[in-house]
Order: sequence, then structure tokens, then C-alpha cells
Amino acid sequence: MFKDIEHLVRLAVVIVVLLAIFLVLRIAVVPRSFGEYGHYRGAAVAEAAARPAAFAGHEVCEACHTDVVEQKKQGKHVVVACEACHGPQAKHADDPTSVTPAKLDTALVCARCHEANSAKPKWFPQVVTADHAGGIACDTCHQPHRPKIEEEKTEAKAPTQPKTEGKK
Amino acid sequence: MDITRRRLLVLLPAAVVAWKYVLAGTPEASPNYKLTEHWWSMLIDIPKCIGCGSCVRACAEENDVPDGFYRTWIERYHVADWHIERPEVESPNGGKQGFPPNQDASGKNFFVPKLCNHCADSPCTQVCPVGATFVTPDGVVLVDKNYCLGCRYCVQACPYGCRFINPKTNTAEKCSLCYHRITKGLTTACCEVCPTGARQLADLKNPKDPIHEFLRTHSVQILKPHMATGAKVFYNGMDGSVR
Repeated sequence: MFKDIEHLVRLAVVIVVLLAIFLVLRIAVVPRSFGEYGHYRGAAVAEAAARPAAFAGHEVCEACHTDVVEQKKQGKHVVVACEACHGPQAKHADDPTSVTPAKLDTALVCARCHEANSAKPKWFPQVVTADHAGGIACDTCHQPHRPKIEEEKTEAKAPTQPKTEGKK
Repeated sequence: MDITRRRLLVLLPAAVVAWKYVLAGTPEASPNYKLTEHWWSMLIDIPKCIGCGSCVRACAEENDVPDGFYRTWIERYHVADWHIERPEVESPNGGKQGFPPNQDASGKNFFVPKLCNHCADSPCTQVCPVGATFVTPDGVVLVDKNYCLGCRYCVQACPYGCRFINPKTNTAEKCSLCYHRITKGLTTACCEVCPTGARQLADLKNPKDPIHEFLRTHSVQILKPHMATGAKVFYNGMDGSVR
């Protein structure tokens, strides 16, 4: 039936060899996890998840700083997470003795949220810091963890003088 | 047992379905985390945003985002009464240091935080020629930086402008929805530090997540719904001028 079958055999050998080369290359080049979940390297998902976090999360802070938790409960800052002001503290949480957070400059940190801006929602407490404090650090009068000034009203009287000075 | 034609027709699709589970085998980073049990999204409550820039700073610190590039940023909108169609939008340094007091207090003024919308039908993953960006089984759009060529197709394809090329690695980069945090039971860095709760991470597959109640009881929008991207960042109280 096939007169010159050698031709076909030769051709078949060439095709099989090329196919084998292709398969070997494919196995060598395509990452093993490719196609695990879809048309991508499945191991990339685990790689993305494996990175360490910089922000510890407020639950971790609260485990040790119970005194601050009690203070915050008495004021509106109870909803503000620790690292919103204090910055990323995962390293401090891992090693609390050798890594200690820097003290905050309240004149800068408080103003980030509370500086008046017409685009801020009306319900949010805002001040023009230049008029309100005149450059004095906010924690001179306010306790940042419990910012409302109540029983220390007599103490708070004193800083009202610099407040008016600042207006001039 | 004889394999009849009928039986083979029944078995073949089953084998096809099972094959990907046969191939799957790499361990997950978090032992109790099941990829198939989550479908991540975010809720942004615009009336609560004070434009403090905490989220932008936290994102940069958490993800080592280079200066001048933003995985999340805040825009300030100023909509004049006589020009509702053309709002003035500004985002100085991505809102990282907050916003200077705006001169014109008339009209509507508000902040809109933006980030990757983690689209279910994301245009960016569809254009990637090498499969370096993808939607994970738990609904997060990620970039495989070891596989990315830096060809920038995805940067052009994203209708929300959420992608950039990292000048250090020359690969595409974007919000990962803090994938390394949410798979460990933490919230994202931006949601963690948001002082007013304007940003909330939400898991649409978790029936106990408060987002379901919120979506039922509020008028919630997504950005550019006409693009049919299946965006999963939901905006509450969003003005019609927001693009």
C-alpha cells in the first residue's frame, strides 16, 4: 500500500523529536505551579501572602498597653487605631525593649486630621491651628488619648492666654 | 467494570474538573486560610473621609511604595454650583501630607480616596501577555513581580489609573489589598489607620460581614460602572461628579 514508507518514517521521526524537544523545553521553562488556579504562577499567591507586615494592628498594641486602652475608652479617640498616629509598630511589637517608638510632635500629628478644611465633613471637629493654639503643641492642654478637656478646666485656663497671643 | 461509551461520557468531565485539584499542591502561607472561602472587597464611606492622608502614608510604609507613586491616594473634589459636570480635582502628592485649606469653600467640597478596585472582570489582567497579573481565587488582583516583563499594557488598560511601573524593579505595581495582611486575619494598612472608619475591608463571602447589612441599607455605587469591570470597591455617599 505505502510504496516508499521510509519517507514517512523519517518524517515521523523528525516530528517526534521536535515534539520531544518542545515538551522538554516546556517542562523546563514553565514554572511548576503555573496553571494551579488559572493562567498564572500559582506560587505567586503564596509569595504575596508571605511578606511580613509593618503595621501590627491595634489588637497587638492593646494586649500590653492596657492603660492607654482605658484612657481612650473615655474619649472620642477610642475609634482611632494606635498606629494611625504612632506609625507602623510591628518591629516594636516583636521586640518591645530594643525598638521603641519615637515621641510624636502633636502640633503636626493632630493637625493632619483636625486642621480646618472646607472639604472635611461638617461633623468632624476642626480648628485653624494658628488661631487655636498659635504654634503651641496640642498636648500642652489636650491629652491625645482622651482629648476632651473637662475636669482640668482650671489648668486649661492658663493656656487661653497664649491662645489670644497667637491671634495677634 | 466495562467502560461503555455512556460511562466514559460521564467520567470525562468529572476527570477534567478534578484535574486542577490534582495539580494544586503548594501549601498556603497561612495554615487556616482557605482561598475559596473569601471574596475580598472594600467599602469607602465618603461622608466620613477627612482627607488626613493617613491611608496614603500607611500604604507607602507597609508596602514600600516609592516616593511620587501611590497604590492608594486621595482626591479632593470641588464642584462649583454652576459647573456640576466639570469638577475641579486635585491630589497634591497623592494627599500624603493632607490637603492645604482650600480657598473656595462654595459649592461642594469632599474627599474621595481611591485605590485598585480589585475588579472581578479586571481589564488589566486580561491584557497581560505573560500571566503576571491575575485575580486570585479570593478576589484580589495581584502582580507576580518575578514574572512581570514591565510592558505597561496593564498600566494602560486600568480604567482607574491604579497601576504604575516601580522605577526600582521596573515591574508593574498596584494595591495588593495588603494580601500579606488579610490572609493572616489582619485588615489592610489603610483600613487599620483610617481614624474615622471611612475605609472598611469587607469579605463578601462571609455572611457575618457587616458589609451585607450596609449594602442593603445604603445607596452604594462603584466607580465607572459602564466599564463593566465588576469593581469591588464600593463607595457610599458618592457625588455624581466623581470619575
